[in-house]
Amino acid sequence: MASSAELVAAEDVLLFVNAAITSTGQREFRSDEPEQHLSLDFLHAYVRINYRPLYAASLALDINDHNAALIVRRLLETAGEATEQERRAEGRLIAARLARLPAPRVYRLFRALRSAKVNNRRTRAIMRDWLAARPDPALDAVKYRAGLKCAARHAHLPPGERSGDGGGDSGGELGDFLFAPGRRKHFTTPLLDAWRRAHYEQGALYELPFTVAEGFAATHGIGRRAFLERIAPRMTRLERLRVQESARTHRAEVAIDLAGMPLTRLASYVLGLPLDDRAARRAELTGALRAAAMRTAGAQAGTWGRVAAVLDDSFSTTGSRQKPRRPLATALACHFLLEALAGSYLPLWTSGRQDALLAHPYGPTPLGMRLLDALEYAPERLVIVSDGWDNAPPGLAGEVLRVWRARLDPERRTSLVHLNPVYDAEDFAVRRLSPSVPTAGVRNAEDLPALVQLARFAEGRTGLAELRAHMDDRVRQFLGEETDGERGAV
Amino acid sequence: MSRLDLSGLRARPAQVWGAVRLVPLVRAEPISDLRLHRELYEDGPTAVRAGGHTSYISYIPHGFVANWTGDGSPAAAYGSQLSDERGPVTCAPLHLPRKLVQRQRGKGRASGGASGGLRFLPLHLALDGYLALHFGGPSVVWEEWTRRAVRDGLSPRAEWAYRGEQMPGLDDALRIFEIHPGQCGVMVYVADSLAAAFVVPHPDDYRALHPSLLQDLYGELMYQYALYGGPVPEFTTRIAAEYITSLAQLRSAAERRQLEWEAQHADLMAGELLDESYDVRQVYRMGRFRLSRFLPPFALHRAQHIGEAITDGKGRVAYLKTFRLSDKQVRRGHVLHRLASHEWHVGRTAEAMGISGQELVRRVRHLGFEALLKQHH
Repeated sequence: MASSAELVAAEDVLLFVNAAITSTGQREFRSDEPEQHLSLDFLHAYVRINYRPLYAASLALDINDHNAALIVRRLLETAGEATEQERRAEGRLIAARLARLPAPRVYRLFRALRSAKVNNRRTRAIMRDWLAARPDPALDAVKYRAGLKCAARHAHLPPGERSGDGGGDSGGELGDFLFAPGRRKHFTTPLLDAWRRAHYEQGALYELPFTVAEGFAATHGIGRRAFLERIAPRMTRLERLRVQESARTHRAEVAIDLAGMPLTRLASYVLGLPLDDRAARRAELTGALRAAAMRTAGAQAGTWGRVAAVLDDSFSTTGSRQKPRRPLATALACHFLLEALAGSYLPLWTSGRQDALLAHPYGPTPLGMRLLDALEYAPERLVIVSDGWDNAPPGLAGEVLRVWRARLDPERRTSLVHLNPVYDAEDFAVRRLSPSVPTAGVRNAEDLPALVQLARFAEGRTGLAELRAHMDDRVRQFLGEETDGERGAV
Repeated sequence: MSRLDLSGLRARPAQVWGAVRLVPLVRAEPISDLRLHRELYEDGPTAVRAGGHTSYISYIPHGFVANWTGDGSPAAAYGSQLSDERGPVTCAPLHLPRKLVQRQRGKGRASGGASGGLRFLPLHLALDGYLALHFGGPSVVWEEWTRRAVRDGLSPRAEWAYRGEQMPGLDDALRIFEIHPGQCGVMVYVADSLAAAFVVPHPDDYRALHPSLLQDLYGELMYQYALYGGPVPEFTTRIAAEYITSLAQLRSAAERRQLEWEAQHADLMAGELLDESYDVRQVYRMGRFRLSRFLPPFALHRAQHIGEAITDGKGRVAYLKTFRLSDKQVRRGHVLHRLASHEWHVGRTAEAMGISGQELVRRVRHLGFEALLKQHH
């Protein structure tokens, strides 16, 4: 048995990891943006000062991009507090994490570092390496112009100079493009030249990335429908998903492979559709969600045995204006993923509705009664996806689980886990149902298998040593993968 | 009838946010032949001509329109109106209430059947009843009362209230409240004292009118409770583990907790409203429904409410809205009541109250009625 100090430490770190998975510093249903920021900032400071190696190691876990960027920033800001060895480990983790973050997020981080006046040699080296690893500097220069400019200025990097290229004309061209675009009559790099021509030639803007072309289309006054149809081949996967409904209202064709989308994004998209549309496109949407879930489940598909899930679709899953229907989207994605993972599966929505595709936020949260229904099914695994505000009646879910664990299932035949998509700013944690149920934060349903693993630490009986071993394991995997695999452009 | 009959409405578990506890009331069978909807008045203060040279001016954020059918068939929530020149029934001693309840006219979109629309201002009826309490002033010209008191009565008479938006935390509590399926009403508790009860006939009406609680009036006491009341605890369920040996037992224990809560809520929390001592007066009759308002007995040192209700033929509440009086307001009502029952004779009233005449005069002054009394007393 671990000492109490170690238990506290393990709890602190888990608290932080759960917060870092769920909170994005945005407004939630029950707390506003400043509350979320204040609460999250405190946790970051607390864990960084007390458990710095674990703070850095959490970069290897499935925390969200907002927190990953925040951790990198805090680590770089306080590099002086780390030992030489710690700094080396941190450097590798930071590099690996930055390579996985979306480019706009990284450029935003660089801008934050600039305004925080963090400009040590290590920061510059990290920026240099990240920029050097970018697959297409010309694309970055056009698409993230301000970001790249800021990074080049801050890290004193001559733009476009890459170790492999040997500099040459294209390097100088990129510099001119960023800092003195009027100096050249034309550019030899096609993308840069397209950008120049797009200022006066409508045809040229269809060679540009979608976000850049959108601005030019507005300047040229091009109709939305014509623009969307012609720019469609230049869109990224997620851009296609994002403009689907806009294209539909303008009757433009933007081809999309729904089944190829990430599961939770797809669930969010489905929930954004009006109920009539969902009913009309039932086969297509269900098929896409099932396919995405099967792909996510991979080799684990069908191996989980008898599974019951209690899924929250109460009114509080509306989320907020910044995160519309996010908790419900997570629940819906978990529903399809569990269906793929399970041998036999029983979903129970809190509203009592059966049709997952037509889920919408409605009514109170009678988690306790639904849990009783789920336990009657005698599942091997019981997964609860809820924000933990059990209010009809309050506290019944916790009592049911406590009594059931104590009296009816002391030998733990059923494994229980509660996944919570909402960070409760006031408690500095995701809200728990009962101390006897392990709770983990969840943002993307795709991480569900890993989170179920993490949640077993949340029962408060495993010590820091085991947690540290788990995190070391994850770090090794994380850094190992990075050297093998290479990630494509966004 | 002197007791509010809330049968048909069942209390569901409360939802708590800060100092505010909201208890949903669920109707198993919604009333479909009476519907309420809301009218928004965005033109600022509204004036109603009350005949002669008097006009009734009020700032009205919103009003309610009640639609009903005579034969029990479902009423439409919108648009069914009847033009009828018949004036409303007056039951109150003054002409004011006539203007607070108005038959809707014009528009000419009379729908089939005997349907009609009645427009009234939420809580105005109740407040007006309270303000008009012994409004006429002394009925016998005793020497203590000023000439003005005898001539004009208590006019002008004013009371203060806070709008729901000013109540700290109430907006968030209402925003995050999860409306139950079939919910037709809510009890608003601030720092665990009943601030308002709100009941409508149909769940759809409730869903539409839920935000209107934010535009209602709340007494100063409730404002202070909301400000200083602090977070109230949630009544979390407890199940004794020792006696549970099967899942079925666990389920029945959980269901029992639900019934216990309902009973406890009716006795402990809403008891003050379901009291038998309220004085209910019918104001208007529409089909099988009656619009009435009620006044408390003005007994001292007890939480008391004024309000208005629509009841059906059997006296069951279809619509209810209440306002919690502050202690001072109760005292005002109490003293006025006592004076009126002794024909405004100071000496006899004081004797009945067990205090001296001077003390009664002091109290009357203290309660804001000094203009009624002659200076040398």
